[in-house]
Amino acid sequence: MSLGPLLILIILIAVVSLITPAFLKPGNLGNILAQTAVIALVAMGQQLVILSRGVDLSVGSNLALATVIGGLVYQQVDASIAVIMAMLLSGAAIGAVNGVVFVYGRLPHPFIITLATLSICRGLALALAPGHTTMRGMPNAITAIGGGTTFGVPNSFLAVGIFGLLFLILTKSMVCGRWIYAVGGSPNAARSMGIPVKGVLLSTYIISGFCAGAGAVLLAGRTGAASPIYGNLLELDTIAAVIIGGASFLGGRGHLGHALIGAVLIGVIRNALNLLGVDVFFQMIAIGLVIVIAVEADVLRNHLEARARVLQSARVQ
Amino acid sequence: MNAASAPPVLSVRNAQKRFGAIHALKNVSFDAYAGEVTALLGDNGAGKSTLVKCISGLHCLDEGEILVDGAPVLLHSAAAARRAGIETVYQDLALFDNLTPVQNFYCGREISFPSWLPRPLRFLNTGVMKREAARVIDRLKVKLPRFDAPVALMSGGQRQAIAVARAIVFARKLVILDEPTAALGVRESRQVLDLVNQLKAEGNAVIIITHNMEHVVEIADRAVVLRQGRKVGELKPAEANKQDLVAMIVGAEA
Repeated sequence: MSLGPLLILIILIAVVSLITPAFLKPGNLGNILAQTAVIALVAMGQQLVILSRGVDLSVGSNLALATVIGGLVYQQVDASIAVIMAMLLSGAAIGAVNGVVFVYGRLPHPFIITLATLSICRGLALALAPGHTTMRGMPNAITAIGGGTTFGVPNSFLAVGIFGLLFLILTKSMVCGRWIYAVGGSPNAARSMGIPVKGVLLSTYIISGFCAGAGAVLLAGRTGAASPIYGNLLELDTIAAVIIGGASFLGGRGHLGHALIGAVLIGVIRNALNLLGVDVFFQMIAIGLVIVIAVEADVLRNHLEARARVLQSARVQ
Repeated sequence: MNAASAPPVLSVRNAQKRFGAIHALKNVSFDAYAGEVTALLGDNGAGKSTLVKCISGLHCLDEGEILVDGAPVLLHSAAAARRAGIETVYQDLALFDNLTPVQNFYCGREISFPSWLPRPLRFLNTGVMKREAARVIDRLKVKLPRFDAPVALMSGGQRQAIAVARAIVFARKLVILDEPTAALGVRESRQVLDLVNQLKAEGNAVIIITHNMEHVVEIADRAVVLRQGRKVGELKPAEANKQDLVAMIVGAEA
């Protein structure tokens, strides 16, 4: 894994803490971690999809729908495990819809189906939520996961750690993880080599949806509520986290750490702009610009690689 | 020829393949024997690639059958063909630019454990794969600049060598090479031809598609010529009959 993004993060933190000393206060750092946790968790799922050469635009609405489903279940049964399961299953189910329609509908790109479910999930969440608005109240276990701490460490942060560890094992040490890289690197070669391409793609969307469901648990826990307007523009934040972190939008390249560093980078940029009193509009512009720069850097890297290969071939002959 | 003693490693019998209105293979039959290189010749659109794709499991025959070691086999996927002992080096090489040579070698058939888990959920045995791959690369005298860098950065010849070496590692009966020297310079072509000879020496049947008549004469034991989906001839290539081969390919019988 390249250390460039980490270096940028360290420099950014150094610069920001010089400009605004308030940045380094423990309360503020805890704030950043709590806000980053949801992005980081969902970005890990997004990273798998992007590794396979796809993109999941539905994660934000998926998360909102999952909180609402969880809230509705909570109105019926006062069992936190049932609420958690409902959120996770709702997320994974939407992911499965994305995957099935993309793979078996033979769509040229997942853009369309995940754009469609972005709209469908938001609509469903608004339609299902009583009064089409926020539902207050979450079981204690969920507020503990989303807002509590263990030995001073935010539980949401621990959840990200556990997911991160599982994803690290999946992407680095397991056969299916290697297959995700292979499919993203060259779908045709993967087919020729007998890799079950359809199954690999389908599973990345299910996992991404599952992560959106897990993000729903964290967010509902932190706020103690379910809401159909949660997760707005989360697709942007998660894609940005993956790309800013240094993974390739062209698929097949990237490391799990990229998504995590990218998520923290976005959290720090947002937080710093907040502390500096910059308007939220300009924050959106800043994040957008950073994404363009990161993708351009990726394209440039691929271009240089192709050039290097041509030069080397010429030298060999 | 050892045709008398043993059945051919591969037999294609009366192969028919249509793509809509296009009749790509018309009643094609041919054999490939162990320790022999069979060249598959023909102009563009003659049906060579279609035939090869049927043997390597990417297409299914409409009619006719394929026999491996005399027994009929159903090759309905690339994995099935590979299980039958058939390895293919595709024209586009089917390499993963983002993976290292070792990862490329084993992609799709990773050495993994524990065996009671479903394959996708098993853990990679990276150490064994690295050792095995290093051994093969060494044995084949393939020179690679780096072992742990993605193949994206390697030259055309090195990439071709990796693809051929991958086939050699796993070849058990038959290796198909689709235009393995098309994009290579003289010296790099030489390396690949040496690898082909090695495959042959190790007792594999080899099928090679190429447009280079010099290469055909040099390494092929038999040449099968296709034209417009039909097999139009089969002969033992030599300097003397190179013109006949070319005539057969373009359809201007002398």
